[in-house]
Order: sequence, then C-alpha cells, then structure tokens
Amino acid sequence: METGHGNVVTAIDLQTAVEFIWREADLLDAREYARWLRLWTAEGHYIVPIERDAADYAAVLNLIYDDAAMRDARVKRLTSRQSMAVTSAARTVRTLSRFIVAGASLDDIDVRCAQHLVEQRRDQMRLVAADITYRLVRRNGELTLDRKIIHLIDSDEALHGISYLL
Amino acid sequence: MLHEPPIDYAALVRDDRVHTSLYRDPAIFEAEMDRIFNNVWVWVAHASELPEAGSFKTTFVGRQPVIVTRTSDGAVHVLLNRCRHRGASVCETKSGTSPVFVCPYHAWSYNNDGNLRAVPRAGGYAPDFDKAEFSLIGLRVEQYGGLIFATFNAEIEPLADYLGAARRWIDLFMKQGAGYGVKVAGEHTFRFRGNWKIQLENTTDAYHFPVVHKSFLTSLDDEAEEQFDVLNQGGFVEDLGNGHSVMVMMPNLVDLEQQLDAPIPERFRALAGELAEHHPPDQVRRIVRAVGGTGFNLNLFPNLACSMAFFRVLRPLSVDETEIRHVALGMAGGPEAGNRARLRIHEYFQGPMGFGSPDDAEAWERVQRGSAAGDDLWIMLNRGPNLAADGRRVGDVSAETGMRAAYQMWKRVMATS
Repeated sequence: METGHGNVVTAIDLQTAVEFIWREADLLDAREYARWLRLWTAEGHYIVPIERDAADYAAVLNLIYDDAAMRDARVKRLTSRQSMAVTSAARTVRTLSRFIVAGASLDDIDVRCAQHLVEQRRDQMRLVAADITYRLVRRNGELTLDRKIIHLIDSDEALHGISYLL
Repeated sequence: MLHEPPIDYAALVRDDRVHTSLYRDPAIFEAEMDRIFNNVWVWVAHASELPEAGSFKTTFVGRQPVIVTRTSDGAVHVLLNRCRHRGASVCETKSGTSPVFVCPYHAWSYNNDGNLRAVPRAGGYAPDFDKAEFSLIGLRVEQYGGLIFATFNAEIEPLADYLGAARRWIDLFMKQGAGYGVKVAGEHTFRFRGNWKIQLENTTDAYHFPVVHKSFLTSLDDEAEEQFDVLNQGGFVEDLGNGHSVMVMMPNLVDLEQQLDAPIPERFRALAGELAEHHPPDQVRRIVRAVGGTGFNLNLFPNLACSMAFFRVLRPLSVDETEIRHVALGMAGGPEAGNRARLRIHEYFQGPMGFGSPDDAEAWERVQRGSAAGDDLWIMLNRGPNLAADGRRVGDVSAETGMRAAYQMWKRVMATS
C-alpha cells in the first residue's frame, strides 16, 4: 500500500500484535506499571466489566472503567506503598493464547485471546481466567494500546480483592 | 455421646469489649445463624429490583436460599428456594421476570406467590393429596422506604418498630434520589476470609479511614481530600437502638435537600455543565448535591448498611468467610450524565478492584488471622465516651459507639433466644 511519502505500509499482522500483547503481559507480571502507562493512547480505555455483553460499558457498573486520568491514579495507588492491600498483593504469572483477529483496518487491529493468570498470595494460589479483547492502533509508526477489555470468567460472581493490574 | 456445656453468650459481650471467640468459634456461628439470621428482620432487596409484576431475584436469608418475587397485586413475597417434593432449588437465575417457577427435577410448578399450581401425573398420588399443603415456604415480609426485609419469626415486632429511630435516617438516605427516587444500578460482590461481624463493625468505624484509606485519600483533589478528612468535621456516632447506629462523617451532607446554594465542588463542575443543558439551575444543584451520596453510614442490624452512596450487604458463609455486596444506586429515570457519574464514583472506591475496598478487605482478613493468637483475649470497643446528657448514646465520629450498639443487640438476641 502506498502512502504520501512513497513508503509501503502494511496492515498490522497478528504476529506483531501478539508480540506487543506478550510484552505488555511481561510488564504487568513484573509490576512495571509506569512503563505500562506509556503503552496507551491518551483517549484509550482500560475496562474490567461485570456484564459480558453490555452495549455501552460507560452506562453500566464495571469493576474498572479507566480513562487516562484514572489509569494514572490507579498506578499511583499501586506503586505508592500507602495501601495495605497493595503491599501484600499477589505475585502473578500470566499466559495469553488462542489469539483471534476480530477486526482490522490499516492502522488498527482488534485481537481476542484467552488469559490464564495464576496468583499467589500468603497461603493461597488461585487461577484467574479471562477473555481479553485488545484494540491496538498504530500512531506515528508505533503500536499503542487503545482499548483493553478483560472479561473475567467469573465477573458476575463473588470475587476477591485484586491489587495488581489484569 | 459427649455434650459441650452450653455457651454463656451474655458473658462474651461486655459493655466495652467482646470475646475473640465471637470471630472464631464455629459453634457460636451456628447459633448466630439460628438465633439472628433465622429470627430478626433481614434485608433482602430494594423495591427497584422488583420493578413489575412477575419480577424476581434470588438471594439468601442467612444461609437459606430464597426467591424474592413481586406478584400481580404488587405484593412482595420471600419464598424458600426449595421444591416441596424432593428439595431441588426451583430457580437458579439471579433476577428476571417469571410468573411461575418450575422445579427442574419432576416439574412441580409454583406461582410466584408460592402456591403449588400443578403436579405432573397427579393421579399417581393418593386421593387426599392436597396441593395447598405443598406451597413454597413463605417468610414474613415488610418494607420501609423501599427497603424490603424478611423474617422467619412470626412473633417479631413490626419492621417499623424494629427499625425505630433508624427510619428517619433511611428517609434522609433516600434523598439522594434527587426527587427521582433511588434505584439499584448494579453491584460489586467479593468475599473475604473473616467473620461477618468484622465487616459489620467496619461500616461504623471512622477511626480506620485515614489509616487504611491513605492511598485513596492521596488520589483525590485537595477539595475532595478535605471532604474525606472524616475525623475532623464534627461528626458523631449515635446508637439508634436494636443494634442499629448512624455514623455521620460529613455533617453538611446529612440532608441533601438543604444547603442547595452551596458552591458546586470542582470535581462536579463538568457534570453541572452537562446537566445545565437540559435542567434548570435549581435542579442542577439538587442533582449535583445528591450525586456523591450522603455524608453518613446507617448500620442496620444484622446485614445492611446504607453507606453514603450505596448499600453494603453482608452474607455470612462460615465462621471465617463472608460475602460482601456493594450495591450501586442511581436516580430512577434521572439524567444519564448524573447516573454515569454515580457509577464512576462507585467504581472508584468500591469492589474488588476499587481504591478502597481491597484495603478494607485486607484489614478484615488481618483481624481474622491475628485473632488466632492468644487463649483468652478480647476485642476492645472502648473508644469514645458517651457525649449525650439526655439518655441517648452518642460519641464523637471516631467512637466505637455503633459497634457497642450492635454487640448489645447481639447479646440480647443470642442470650434470650
């Protein structure tokens, strides 16, 4: 495909998207939250819904519905050492797979995938499973995160305190 | 067979302390389920969760599963969720609309008032089989201010008397409907590994707020941080009788229909601008003042708190595990922008990933873990002398007056049942 500059630009392929998603997962397991913030577009939303098929997540109650300001505040809390839940937060190891391209145009791609996250806290190990949808967009040649929706398998059941980023 | 000596419940609750076994003894927990949750008025639903004839929700009274229904005459029924034939639950849906519940095992079907309407192949029963003897078991149900309560106890006083002085505070709490009325707008549910009374105490505990919620406080703008400086605003805790109490943290937000000319806080100015497109200025002020909720927590013994802008509902699971629901509220038919703002405020503090609840849950679990230590130690509730000279029991906002109120009720119910 031709651009005004004569460079050939291709659509974002799945392998490129998956490598981005794995790098993000690695940052989150390492609690590198400040670096994670820099993956995002300014207008992007980070959402952990309760309802699976809401038409408009802004109009319903979610577990998390974060714009840029709320993501900043959340990361500040998770790195402040002022929270007793955070200082005893679980360690996590997450694996993402079953990647499906749900939609794409020249500069964006929607990817659906599965996440198995194992958390360890005190004497308890838990599996936290989720379907995740990503929207990645290309800005100035760089891939950025524009939307991430984490559908916990048990989002409408009783959960437990989660003091790390999904 | 060996028999344990009976537990002397009255000796476990003193005026200023309770014995640690109240958090840890499974035998006490079993007795609580029987004497408290199978006995007093237990909150089951808000009227807005049953908006029309046929609406239902499933929930629990203590450990017993129930269906809360609204029949075509508008009445609310609370029915044990158990088929009278062989015991299967007749409904496993959280909420919905259905005039009939059909048991999945042998298809006995019940009307939503509990009456058994049909039994397949009825000819197989003896001629004197009487369907009227096999209705779903119904509890006694009464309502106040949209709050629906049920009890197994046919003898207990009417709900209005049980709530007593708390009724005035329910009326004040519901003013956050801003003239539209209050409706349930979703809920966060989570569990923690601790006794249910640790959570009951917390809703009337302002003393913990600046300690446990420091990360929440520092995330706020200066104006909001000052508003949430709850120990320094002249608040108070009052024992309202029957285990109920109110903790006023922000005295200027007790009556949301007063002080409507107060300046609009910075964090609500964008909302006020959006509302002003469709509402006159006085209505904008009323909605904006109500949108953050009230400045108090009303604790209703044993399982509900009307807490600032939401309902806190607790469900005991076992002596050391409890389920909490934080029920978000909105304005019924109110402006979309205002209701969206309420949802975002709820998500900010509440739930398993909020900026507040996870720290609370950690504190409660630490109480349960720590209380394993020591053979014969007590939980201290001696903070804050009584400030009232007129016979009421009132302490400053950080006083443990509300906890003492709850445990005196606990003692009365446990020791006299």
